[in-house]
Formats: sequence, structure tokens, C-alpha cells
Amino acid sequence: MSEVTLTIDGQTVTAAEDATILQAAGTLGIDIPTICYHAACTANAICRLCVVEVEKQRLLQPACVTQVRAGMVVHTRSERVERSRRTILEMLDSAVDLSDAPEIQAQMAEYSAQLNRFPDAARRTPAPIDDNPMYIRDYAKCVLCWRCVQVCAEDAQYTFALSFDGRGFETQIGTFFDLPMPETTCVFCGQCVGVCPTGALKPRREWLLEQGKTPDEIMELTRAERRKSRRAKK
Amino acid sequence: MAESLAASLDLTPLRSILAAHADAGRSALLPVLLETQAHYGYLPQAVTAEIAHRLGVPLAEVHGVIEFYALLYNKPVGRTVLRVCTDPACALRGGDAVLAAACAVAGVEEGETSADGAVTVERSPCLGHCNSGVSVNVTFGKPQRNITFAHVTPDTVEELIEGRGRTTADFWSEDYVGGDLSIVTPLCGRGRRTRLVEYEAVGGMQALRKALTTMTPAAVIEAMHQADLLGRGGAAFPTWAKWDGAARAPEQPKYFVINADESEPGTFKDRVLLEGDPCRVLEGAIIGAYAIGASRIYIYIRGEYPLAIERVEAALQELRAAGYLGENILGSGFSVDVEIRSGAGAYICGEETALFESIEGKRGFPRVKPPFPTTHGLFGKPTAINNVETLAQTPYILIHGPDAFQRLGAAESTGPKLLCVSGDVVRPGLYEIGFGATLRHLIENLAGGVIGGKLQAMLIGGAAGAFATPAELDTPITFQGLRAAGLTLGSGAIMVFNDTRDLRDILRRLARFFAHESCGKCYPCQLGTQRQYEILERVASGVPLPGDVDRLRDVGWTMSDASLCGLGQTAAAAIFSAMKRWPQLFENGKVQ
Repeated sequence: MSEVTLTIDGQTVTAAEDATILQAAGTLGIDIPTICYHAACTANAICRLCVVEVEKQRLLQPACVTQVRAGMVVHTRSERVERSRRTILEMLDSAVDLSDAPEIQAQMAEYSAQLNRFPDAARRTPAPIDDNPMYIRDYAKCVLCWRCVQVCAEDAQYTFALSFDGRGFETQIGTFFDLPMPETTCVFCGQCVGVCPTGALKPRREWLLEQGKTPDEIMELTRAERRKSRRAKK
Repeated sequence: MAESLAASLDLTPLRSILAAHADAGRSALLPVLLETQAHYGYLPQAVTAEIAHRLGVPLAEVHGVIEFYALLYNKPVGRTVLRVCTDPACALRGGDAVLAAACAVAGVEEGETSADGAVTVERSPCLGHCNSGVSVNVTFGKPQRNITFAHVTPDTVEELIEGRGRTTADFWSEDYVGGDLSIVTPLCGRGRRTRLVEYEAVGGMQALRKALTTMTPAAVIEAMHQADLLGRGGAAFPTWAKWDGAARAPEQPKYFVINADESEPGTFKDRVLLEGDPCRVLEGAIIGAYAIGASRIYIYIRGEYPLAIERVEAALQELRAAGYLGENILGSGFSVDVEIRSGAGAYICGEETALFESIEGKRGFPRVKPPFPTTHGLFGKPTAINNVETLAQTPYILIHGPDAFQRLGAAESTGPKLLCVSGDVVRPGLYEIGFGATLRHLIENLAGGVIGGKLQAMLIGGAAGAFATPAELDTPITFQGLRAAGLTLGSGAIMVFNDTRDLRDILRRLARFFAHESCGKCYPCQLGTQRQYEILERVASGVPLPGDVDRLRDVGWTMSDASLCGLGQTAAAAIFSAMKRWPQLFENGKVQ
């Protein structure tokens, strides 16, 4: 594999020719923020928080998928970059409950994103879906990073239980005809819960503890549910 | 619930649809969903599950596809569905009043179905009949038919409901076609399709014959290069470069795609070409397929253009019968055929990679570029994709030569150009001009001047375009001349507003269009189009909040700089141009 040399924030770096700007910056210790990116998932460049300014390019480039090129000059904290990152975070905060997303909260502080920048903005506030014994889907906290859909499909499990409802701002993660999870192809492998960055997907026990239930109450609840489910099967 | 539904459904129509398509696998998903819905009125769960099973597509992904496209329904809708255009051009002619009248007749709010199941009323994005609005797209009957009506008024909208008048009669729009030139449009605007024999009688198909029997593919591409033909869909990319890239790509097979998903508000030129003279467009496409060595041509026509779909199908039958399509065309050894694909209600599918995804049976999400279509296009194979008007230009180049083509235009913008003029002018219509004519000539001479008041503004290039003022009337219409004036030709849409119009209302409609049509993939556009719309709602009502101008700037720049595809990158363009020209519109102010 041949290597190329480029400049990131004034520092020279040599990287494999198929490396991304994100990877090359990482070797310099330059932290480019990401939300949708996950090392185990196909990078789709959808959150655009990782955009950087590449000289001679009209538009900002997503560092997670843009390959390095010899002689490339990259700026990861230019004014344009900062404005886009700050505004993306402010818009996200105006649409989604980020209370369970400490990494995004830290990014908001880093980029001086204002809370409530967008007054009277429509928020996505669906009720939590408690339809299976394993995990909760609270899409009011979902940032549509797609990781759950990807690990449920070709990135890991090949289960294909998840897709999308709606489009645009109205997009939400959904199942076939919005069926409850036990009636879908879901095998409850838990990988979606593992990759969720915002607490939209979480283990049901954790969620019940957060709701103020004691461990004993949770045990009683789940026992009752199992009895009910056994009766239904008979 | 699912079982009881299945029991009451007759699955015979579904089985015959699937039998005809099943071999095509996932790529047949959209055609199968559209045909199936035409039989059942919507896509019931049991029926959808059977489709997923037979085409080998995961259930959840079929659901995701249905949810993406505005013309597909997974819940029952009315026996007649009325989709009323309220985007700018139709709004000037009373789109809101027609929508209100439709709701009143049906006894519903917008987006709802009447209690008796007779009528669903929806608000529609631009339907491409901007010269003859108010337009209403109507689905009705069993199996369903789809017609887009023009010149609808609050008094006549009721007649569009099945059984109440017009849906049984022909009620197509008549398009006014004029201009200085008649190179591309001599056979358009006659209220009917030009048949192949008529096209041949005026020299049609001679360019294809010349290419296939006397020219190498490389010579065809070189002719496009010499002519300097730039794409007419909006991006003005050199046609020869697309063809050359796809021709040189080593992988096989290769595909040629005609992008007929015309949906840019204010734009109707491709519809007029396909309805009036489809053979010319198809001739250009066969020439292009020969140039790149494609084994198959797809034409992706937006779902709201049923008449164009019908007429292209008729033209294809004539072309096959005459030996212009199929095996060994004109004895040249070159073989290709054309497959029509209907869109299903998604502006984003006009973006080339989203269009590929749609043909592949997926949600119309644009792909990350690079790689580019010339090497990784449809089905991941080398693909050339061109706009309808671009292809209609190519036969002339081969017959009359690149020099003659260049002389029709201006220095760097060669050839003729079709302009869609709508709004407050005497004669809205499609105008063919040579590049270099001025906006003044187009509006005052060709379109007959402004009506209802004095000229206030022109929106050039559609929703993704920019506003011009009367001071810019003498700007020459070329890609470069408009760019120098801070404008863009885009798709060739020119919407004219007189000085009685409230531009804030127009801006609000443009913002709503983008919010409705964003695919939701990348954050800047998914969130930004919604926030932009909310702010412009406030601006249009005359009571913006302090800081709204800064919010609009940040949202607009973020969409322009950081969005994944051209939709988001241009979603703030018209609003920015208005902010620059009329900053007072964005301040607190009483609505007239």
C-alpha cells in the first residue's frame, strides 16, 4: 500500500492512500467530532458533524468518508467548519431529547452551541415503545444515526427487522407495518442497543430502574409478564 | 387483523403481477408496488408481505420503501385521491382556494379521507403544469388510473371526483410552446403525441442512423465535445464528459439512464418534450447508449406525469416495430432496449444517485460521491445519466454538426435552451431560445409582458434557483451571464411575480417544498429544511422573532456547505438571494 502526504491544520502527516481524513487526523491527535460514525459500521456520512474544509473544494467534506490525497490541505476548525458543526448541534438539540447523550452534550459545549437556539421549533416526541422484554425504543431520543438499522442488516446480524417510517424531518426508525418487535424478524441479539449513541435504545431493566422501579418490583413485573405470555400461548 | 384482512382479499391480481416481475428481484419492487396498489387501492400488510417474500426483499425494507414515496400508501385512502398543487406558480392562480374547495367538497381537512371513503385530499408539491395551473393530480377508479389535470378552479375541482364529471373525459392541459428557435420543440405543443412516422418525415432518426452506420462511439462523443453541449437538467455538466467516462470504464454491463423525474418547481419542459415528441428524446438516448456501449436504457419518469409515461410507452412500441430498438439496430450489430420506470412521488429521485437507488428498489437516498455514476452508477455499474432536454438536443448536433449547434447559442453556452415561463405574464409557456437572449426579451417580447401590475421579481432556476429584480432584465441568458449576476439558470424555470405579490408568501412555499422533499438522510438538510420552513412561516406572517435573520443565515449556510447532496446544498439559495435583494422582507412588518 503506498502512502500519501498531506497537511491537516498546518501539520504534515503521511497516511495510507486509502485512509480517510478522519483516520489521518487521528494519527496527529486531532479530534474531529462525529455522531453517526462507528468503527464497526459502514460510514454513511450522514451527521456531517465531521465536515472539514479542504482547500480548492467548494463544499465542506465529510472526514469519515473522504479519502486523503497527496498535497491535500485540510482545516478542521475553520470558521465555516465551526459554523456548520455548531448549527447542526443546535438544530439537533431543537429536535431531539439529548439528555441521555453525554458525548453530544460535550460537543455542544466544545462548539459553543446555544441551547434553545430555535424557539417554537417542532420536536420529534413519540412515546417510548415498550413492546418486548429486552429493550425499550424511545425515539424521542433518536438522532437517526442509522447504526441500529445497519447492525440489524448487512453490517452485522442480517436480521433486517428495522427500517424507516416517513422521510425528511418526519423520519423515524420503524418495523414492518410498525409491528411490535416480537412479531418481527428481530432475534433480540442486542447489537442495536449496543451501538445506540443517545439512549434511544436501552435495556428494559435499566429503563425500568430509571422510571423509579426497585429491583424487586422489576422482578415481580417481569414474572407477571411471563405468566401472562404463557397463558396466551396456551 | 392481518389474517382477517388476508382472508377478505382476492390475491389473484397480485399473483399475476408478481408472476410478470418476480424474476427481476428487488429492482421490480417499485413497479410491483405501484401496480399492486392500482388494484387494491393501497398496500395491505398481507399483500405487502407476499411481495417482499416473492421479490426476496426484507419485510422491513419494503415497509421503508412504501413510507418513503408520497404516492404509495400502506393504509386505505379514498377511492379518489386529489393532490392539489399549492407551490408558487399554482399559488398565484389560486392553488390554496382550490385546495380549500376540495376539502370543503370532501368534508375533510387536508391530508384526510372522507368518512364514506370516497375522497382523500392532499396538498401536492409542484406538478409540472406551471403554465396552466391550478393543477391537480388525481388517482381514481379500479384498477386505479392517474391523471394530472390543469386549469382547475374552486368551482371545477368537484368534477375531478370519480362519478362527478370529468375523470372519464380527456382533460389534458394544452401547453403554449413558442420562442425564437424551433430546433428541439418543432413538434411539441400540438396537443398530441408526434408519431414516429411524422418525426421521420422531418428528418427524425437520421442522426441515429448516421451514428450507428457511419460513426464510431468515440466519434459520437467527440461530436458532443466539439458542440460543448452542457446538461440541461440544472447542473450544466458537460455531456461528453459523462459519456466519455462511462465509455472508458472497464466494467460491464453499462447502463444509460434518462432522467425524466422533472420536479423542480416551475419546470415543465421535459414533460412537454415527452408528451409531444418522445421519439426525439429516445433517439438521443439510443445514440448515447451506443456511445458508451450500454446494453440497457432506463427512462425514469416522475409518477405524476402519467401522460408522458403513456406516450413514451407508445413511442417505444413504434421504435421497436421499426427496428430502432432491440437486436442489431439498423444492421449495426448494436443492440439495446428501453425500460420505463415510474417514480412514486419524491423530488429527491431527480438526484442521479437517488434515482439509481429508486430503480434498484430502495428508498431514494442520495449516495455519497465519489464514486461517481460513470464508474459506479445503476446497480454499481458504469452509467451515463442525462436530462430529457439534453438528449433532445443531440440529434441536431450529429446531423448539422457541432459548429451549427454552437452558432445557435452564445460563446460558452452553446445551442438552444428551453425556458419554462410561468406566473404573472401574458403568455406562460415553454420558450425555445438561443443562449444569449436577455431576460427582457423573454418576458416582454416572447411571453407578452407582465400582467396584473409591474414586474417585481423573477425566480430563475426553480426552488433551487435565485430571485432577480427588474434591474437585471438585461442580463443575457447564458450559464455564465447569469452566474456573473449572482443567478443560476438551473432547470430553466422562470417564474414572474408582479408588484402586487407578497414575496414572503412565495418564500414560505419554497421552504415548505424543501422540508417536504428532504429525504432525511443527512442532518443539515433533514433538520435545516424544517427549521428554515418554520422561520419563513414567521417571516410570511409578518412577525419574525428577533434573531431570525441570523438563524436563517446559519441554517442556510450549514445546508449549503455541509449537506450530502444537491437538494440540501441549494435549499437556501432562493432565500439567500431574497435576503440580499430585499432585506426588509425579513423584518417585522404587516402583511399586505
